[in-house]
Amino acid sequence: MLRLDCLRAIYPELENCLVVTIMGATAAELHSLGHRPNFFYLQHAMGLASSTGLGLSLCLPDQKVVVFDGDGSLLMNLGSLSTMARYRPKNLVHVVFDNESLLSVGGFPTATSTGTDLEGIARAAGIPTVLTVRAVEDFRAAAKRALEGTQLTTIIAKVEARGPAGYVTDLSLVENRFQFRRYIQSLKRQ
Amino acid sequence: MPVSLTSSKVIFNALKQCDIRLLSALPETWLVHLIRMAEEDPEVTLVRLAKEEEGVGISAGAHFAGVKSAMLMQNHGFLASINGIVSFAHLYKIPLLMLISYRGTFGERDPWQTQGGNVTEALLRGMGIPYSFLDEIETVERRIRHAQTLAESSLQPVTLLLTRNLMWEE
Repeated sequence: MLRLDCLRAIYPELENCLVVTIMGATAAELHSLGHRPNFFYLQHAMGLASSTGLGLSLCLPDQKVVVFDGDGSLLMNLGSLSTMARYRPKNLVHVVFDNESLLSVGGFPTATSTGTDLEGIARAAGIPTVLTVRAVEDFRAAAKRALEGTQLTTIIAKVEARGPAGYVTDLSLVENRFQFRRYIQSLKRQ
Repeated sequence: MPVSLTSSKVIFNALKQCDIRLLSALPETWLVHLIRMAEEDPEVTLVRLAKEEEGVGISAGAHFAGVKSAMLMQNHGFLASINGIVSFAHLYKIPLLMLISYRGTFGERDPWQTQGGNVTEALLRGMGIPYSFLDEIETVERRIRHAQTLAESSLQPVTLLLTRNLMWEE
């Protein structure tokens, strides 16, 4: 399963969500499918995409928030699972693309390649719904169900360690950030 | 416990006066009253963290959502948050009001706090983070308001160091 195919499969459903991605391949691939003002790419600060999603979902309880996390990023901030589980916002969907690799820096294997089980960790942290998927159709179904549901969900999507040729997009980081905030403020005025 | 309840109340009320509605926190002795007040106030969302750096992401999310927030932590928590501050708050121009209890300075009895006290201000200066002190009850409200104003206008982290003089009644 390729992460790009997963993103493509769920892309239409993201139109009305607030989306936060991690840096590198995940950001570049979502951007390549077509940037939208409701997408925020956290191009550094590894580990904090899930915390950003938590802040958004707690402050905007009527708005669906999707985080596209990765195994390397989540392993840097495993405590975030316990904090998310503690407050378990109903409007937060946490997707972890697990390619068992720090792909964006050259493909070094992470601990999920040697047996660390992110589904088990997320469940034990107290995330109410946790599942692992290995096929695009299963991913799409699981993500749709989580988006339509009312329970904090972590989806571990096992994907191949393959990504785009480059990671730099034509969207400046600061432009992205202002656009994202302006989009949210415009929703509030509606 | 000689943590000043009076000072904690003044700080908490000043934060609310600035429209701060989300506080992230990791407990430390000087912050116990503040955290309890945040928990008991229905107008304030308290997010208890596992590690302080999470608070940078949570505050950024709150800022995008249009909610004013602040981080409550010890200076060792600030040390644990540095990458998040640099590679999120600085990189993306996020206003971040950080209230940091300034442990490990004159009067510190706990040996384990003393190294953090040595490096806190040097790091704040090195990182280019504007900072001031909350050290007298009379100036707390004004200084919090001014710190919040600067964070919002400059879109960057701003720090207030909570001192022993204000927080500890002994």
